[in-house]
Amino acid sequence: MSAAAREVILRRIRSAVEGAPEAEIVRGYRGATGERGDVELFAERVRDYKAIVHVVPRAEVAATLAEITGGRVLTVPAGFPSDMYAPSEGEPDGVVSTCAVAVAETGTIVLDAGPGQGTRAQTLVPDYHLCVVRDDQIVPNVPDAIARLDPTRPLTWISGPSATSDIELNRVEGVHGPRTLEVVIAIG
Amino acid sequence: MSGVFVGMPAFPKNAAKAVQNSQLRFNLRKATHTIRGKRAAVVGELDDWAELRQAGKTIKDHTLRNLDRYLVQLEEKVTEAGGTVHWARDAAEANRIVTRLVKDTGETEVVKVKSMATQEIGLNEALAEEGIEAFETDLAELIVQLGDDFPSHILVPAIHRNRAEIRELFLKKMAGAPKDLTDEPRVLAEAARVYLRKRFLESKVAISGANFMIAETGTLVVLESEGNGRMCLTLPKTLISVVGIEKLLPTWQDLEVFLQLLPRSSTGERMNPYTSMWTGATEGQEFHLVLLDNGRTSVLADKVGRQALRCIRCSACLNVCPVYERAGGHAYGSVYPGPIGAILTPQLRGMDTELDRSLPYASSLCGACYEVCPVAIDIPSVLVDLRAKARHSRAEKAGMAAAGWVFNRSKRLAKAQRFGGRMRRLVPKRLPGPLSGWTDTRDLPEIPAESFRDWWIREGKR
Amino acid sequence: MRVALFITCVNDTLFPGTGKAAVGLLRRLGVEVDFPLAQTCCGQMHLNTGYRDEAVRLADRFTTTFAGYDAVVAPSGSCAAMVREQYPHLDIEDIPKVYDLSEFLVDVLGVTDVGAYFPHKVTYHPTCHSLRGLKVGDKPARLLENVRGLELVPLPGAEECCGFGGTFAVKNRDVSAAMCADKIGNVMKTGAEVLCAADNSCLLHLGGTLKRQKSGVRVLHLAEILASTEESAG
Ligand code: SF4
Repeated sequence: MSAAAREVILRRIRSAVEGAPEAEIVRGYRGATGERGDVELFAERVRDYKAIVHVVPRAEVAATLAEITGGRVLTVPAGFPSDMYAPSEGEPDGVVSTCAVAVAETGTIVLDAGPGQGTRAQTLVPDYHLCVVRDDQIVPNVPDAIARLDPTRPLTWISGPSATSDIELNRVEGVHGPRTLEVVIAIG
Repeated sequence: MSGVFVGMPAFPKNAAKAVQNSQLRFNLRKATHTIRGKRAAVVGELDDWAELRQAGKTIKDHTLRNLDRYLVQLEEKVTEAGGTVHWARDAAEANRIVTRLVKDTGETEVVKVKSMATQEIGLNEALAEEGIEAFETDLAELIVQLGDDFPSHILVPAIHRNRAEIRELFLKKMAGAPKDLTDEPRVLAEAARVYLRKRFLESKVAISGANFMIAETGTLVVLESEGNGRMCLTLPKTLISVVGIEKLLPTWQDLEVFLQLLPRSSTGERMNPYTSMWTGATEGQEFHLVLLDNGRTSVLADKVGRQALRCIRCSACLNVCPVYERAGGHAYGSVYPGPIGAILTPQLRGMDTELDRSLPYASSLCGACYEVCPVAIDIPSVLVDLRAKARHSRAEKAGMAAAGWVFNRSKRLAKAQRFGGRMRRLVPKRLPGPLSGWTDTRDLPEIPAESFRDWWIREGKR
Repeated sequence: MRVALFITCVNDTLFPGTGKAAVGLLRRLGVEVDFPLAQTCCGQMHLNTGYRDEAVRLADRFTTTFAGYDAVVAPSGSCAAMVREQYPHLDIEDIPKVYDLSEFLVDVLGVTDVGAYFPHKVTYHPTCHSLRGLKVGDKPARLLENVRGLELVPLPGAEECCGFGGTFAVKNRDVSAAMCADKIGNVMKTGAEVLCAADNSCLLHLGGTLKRQKSGVRVLHLAEILASTEESAG
């Protein structure tokens, strides 16, 4: 690479904007609230994406996971609470994870590679993703999520299963990412 | 910009063909009307949409005004996080950089996430010349690539194809496509999944663009739907991102605005299925960022036209544009079709060809694009400004000068009207020359015997 | 209040009936309108076709001609939008206050029932510059709803452009015709006998096509419907 290119581009920019007035940023929109997000709204919005949603008391999460997974073998990333789900023997055909933050208004789950979330690839390659969201991780809106997240971590925002609208703009669930997304919301 | 469109005729000629293509018209009508409705519904859900739009506009304007400073900051942060930053003045330089980076890995195949910037510079063609094969992994891009076709929409590049056409294409061109393939979108998507899966797992190098870059943190952001983006961004050992210098945002907080504006404007969803954010070299990857100018700084120098650089490529303007809906994307002869293409292409490429000169006129100035644009780009005003800069034909110049001369004195106008009134029986049903464009499909109105002003003088006044 | 009529070059030359209707309507509502004879054209065609200098000359001329009036009424959404929205971009100062007819009636005079009578089935095309430029909203519809005898039927896809667009109609004749075909398809769906708009330029294009197709639907400017009374109809 030539250092020249860098200098040329920066010089072009400076001469292009020379004399242009400074532009002030106006933020009149709803910012972060710092409040808890609405569990029901979150559940409804996730369901809108054709994901499967369960809302259960915290104490019943383990039982729910056992019931959902049945005989299924799931990959369990490091740091996933062992009292919720214990990996069984065999070839996994899905993955179970926790999350970092969830957004009620948009039905979004955010993973930040923290404990129980694995690497980005771990929640991507399998065809089935089961995610456990604690109600205190749900925030009302996007600004709240941005305020809570650490940009230096690799982040994946997930809103429903993989989808495409490339054929006649019809949404079809399931292309390269997990075709099934199942979410267990732990309340109380 | 990429040479694939060189020598194309002017927009009206291309459009004349397109409007007679019933299949294309049907596909476009259906697709654009569907997405219009979806967008309107999710935008209507947010009562602070106007404020978000205002913030989006002012954040972008502020960034562009201080672009040098923020680019340097971005470079510093990406480098600190283990990435390598490259600068490319033009398409050729960007292609050289990427080609060399791929060659350094010893690989001859790369996977690609849909990226407007790499289409703009013709990267796939440049790589092919050096013996490197690029595989598009976005479903629509794959459809375009398999069909040796051109993209016709920013977001849905194969919007001009319907399910039956896609099925035929897959059967013909996609190795290993099942013989019993139906034209159901779900089945077609499944076929693409199977076809691409091996590539994802085996490829060592990926090339992407980015929707946003954050100066404050060095973070890059890619929004997508299918998961092919996540595959490309996370699985290969080396990631090369080619990004236009205008894709910058100053702070992490700014994303809270654009993550609301973009998905709702583009796919008409509250949020797109997947958004990936990474800072520098992540999870053991090697990361290169190629910052692309390629004409952007000259757009930046234009007081009126520079607002086009606010564009976040949501394609809302295409979806509401009555001209795009009928002419289709190919008529614009550029990777940037529709209203945004009509103002961006002539600015990036100049107005030296007949095609590029015709683009600012590819609009009825109805203003639908401006109304939906999430960063409030006043496309009609930029179009009008570009029209003033375009070269005009001699006949038109003479006509406009004559009209100007008449309008410059009310007495001349009155005289012309009286003359017209006397000649009114002699006006032919079909007009000659360029004006035949009017009478081809429309009757002329009857010319009144008396103008309004003559009536006023005679008896209107009291 | 000193009120002037800006007739617009198209109406002046081709549609004097619209001007007469506007004058008659305003007088009926007690407004004395003036018609400065020095007026010609707002410069819209020149500006939108790429002749900025000519447009600036005409804009200057407009501003001088209408200086001193409290309100300028224009029976054309696009010409009113030209003055209000575009003149500031041309660095024109002391821009006269221009209203489209429906704005003047509803916002300035405060009337929605102008005492008109028009016993026909009508559909209304809002036109782009009235809708998105001036943002007149439902003012024309409110005026029409109060016309006795008039049955107003909603036009599907009303907000879509008809494809006129000034010189666009000639430069991009095929797309323009395609847009017009769809608009007319929607007009025919309504079963209306009259297509109304507040801009004769769009009506020139739509009406010319309706006529060519022998559709049997006629076009009328809003002013002409609002000016109609039982006496004039009788
Ligand atoms: S110009 Fe505006 S509406 Fe069009 S693609 Fe760009 S951001 Fe979207």
